[in-house]
Amino acid sequence: MSKMHALTGNEAAAYAMKQIDPDVVPAYPITPQTELMQTFAQYVADGAVQTEMILVESEHSAMSAGVGASAAGARVMIATSANGLALMWEIVYITASSRLPIVMAVVNRALSGPINIHCDHSDSMGCRDAGWIQIYSENCQEVYDNMVQALRISEHKDVLLPVMSTHDGFIISHTVERVDALKDEEVKKFVGEYKSLYPLLDVSKPVTYGPLDLQDYYFEHKKQQAEAMKIAKRVILEVGEEYGKLSGRSYGLFDEYQTEDAEYIIIALGSTAGTAKAAVDDMRAMGKKVGVIKLRVFRPFPAPELVQALSNAKAVAVLDRSEGFSGIGGPLFQEVRSALYRKADMPVSGYVYGLGGRDITPEMIAGVFGDLKEGRIHEDEAFHLGVRE
Amino acid sequence: MGEKAPGWKEIPIGGVIVHPGNSFEYNTGDWRSERPVLDKEKCINCLQCWIFCPDGAVLVEDEKMAGYDYEHCKGCGICAHVCPVNAIEMIPEDDISGVSIDEFGIKEPPPEI
Repeated sequence: MSKMHALTGNEAAAYAMKQIDPDVVPAYPITPQTELMQTFAQYVADGAVQTEMILVESEHSAMSAGVGASAAGARVMIATSANGLALMWEIVYITASSRLPIVMAVVNRALSGPINIHCDHSDSMGCRDAGWIQIYSENCQEVYDNMVQALRISEHKDVLLPVMSTHDGFIISHTVERVDALKDEEVKKFVGEYKSLYPLLDVSKPVTYGPLDLQDYYFEHKKQQAEAMKIAKRVILEVGEEYGKLSGRSYGLFDEYQTEDAEYIIIALGSTAGTAKAAVDDMRAMGKKVGVIKLRVFRPFPAPELVQALSNAKAVAVLDRSEGFSGIGGPLFQEVRSALYRKADMPVSGYVYGLGGRDITPEMIAGVFGDLKEGRIHEDEAFHLGVRE
Repeated sequence: MGEKAPGWKEIPIGGVIVHPGNSFEYNTGDWRSERPVLDKEKCINCLQCWIFCPDGAVLVEDEKMAGYDYEHCKGCGICAHVCPVNAIEMIPEDDISGVSIDEFGIKEPPPEI
């Protein structure tokens, strides 16, 4: 049985961390993540968790402390946003390549500059190639659910990759919603005990982490990471199903909303999927066959599964909350179009929206569906939705 | 590494080394561009070279300097730099054929005439 709470997205993430009770949490504050760690720090101060919380001097140090603790054999959770993630950059890659199953809440915020504290996905999209699993949450409930599942996925013996569980800065992080939480003992049982494969603190079996890895072995280690990322897709589905049995809320790689008979489909990440669902409800009431796919898992990218889900659509629009500056469309657009290459012949239209926290409304989304229906397809370069001319 | 090197399914993940001391199996001697050679006549066996060698490539027998492990000596020259009696000379690998040394880098005395 669950317990109902009124929580912000940040509080929902912190509450999941409280129930998980990780061994080590290194922390450095940055807006809009600050409230998350502040809430968790209160749990530490109140003795509600046994966690060793390490207050460090920068995000580079936070991630480094996480790597050290995880290599030692500890279960580590961490959180950051935007410029903090950028400062972690070097160690973000080292975490993944050292195969340390750290779970990090990334509270999505526009990456400077000019400096901006509001939501877009330029921070997490920037490290989409770092070797981390990336899970995007639509609302506070999903923030909680994804934080609990992320540990199981990350620590699975066939995966052992770190996970970023993201939620939109302010839009979700500072919005109070109803959150159904599992009981403490249910979470404890679900995540289980973490047993490190090569704990540094096991002095009877000494190991070395992070040695020089040159032309003769580095490539093999990258191949191992790529294979683990492929396996992660299966594990994400298994964990999502098991979580569903426990909570009544099962999770897949993406969420399909009114897509079964939809002629036009929008693909989006995070809170915008909720806005798009509202737009779809309005348009369905007018008899329009439209639907939304909310991508939950961006890394690994569920290409064949998406192709299958889109197969009956006449046209697809992809909404990117980061620019990417490729000149041909945002990162999500490029992945979707690449997935469809020689698999399905349908127009794919790219939109970049909501940069630096710019609002996106159901009316704007209705306009995107209108574009698809009228054949205004932005396939050579993204349309900047909501920018002033 | 040759064809015998293990594939990606056979090695520990994450670049973790699970067999301590395996750096001995990794020959770094071919990185060397200059080779240290020892003049036993000058050497006072103070073992400063052994203390400072970053690769454990200075050989010691019976508390006496016994030459070099050339499979691991990278040719950094620290031993020659710290030697208080200038008993160690760094010789370019290109010129080494002109120097009379044994396999441990100890200069052979000139033949008596």
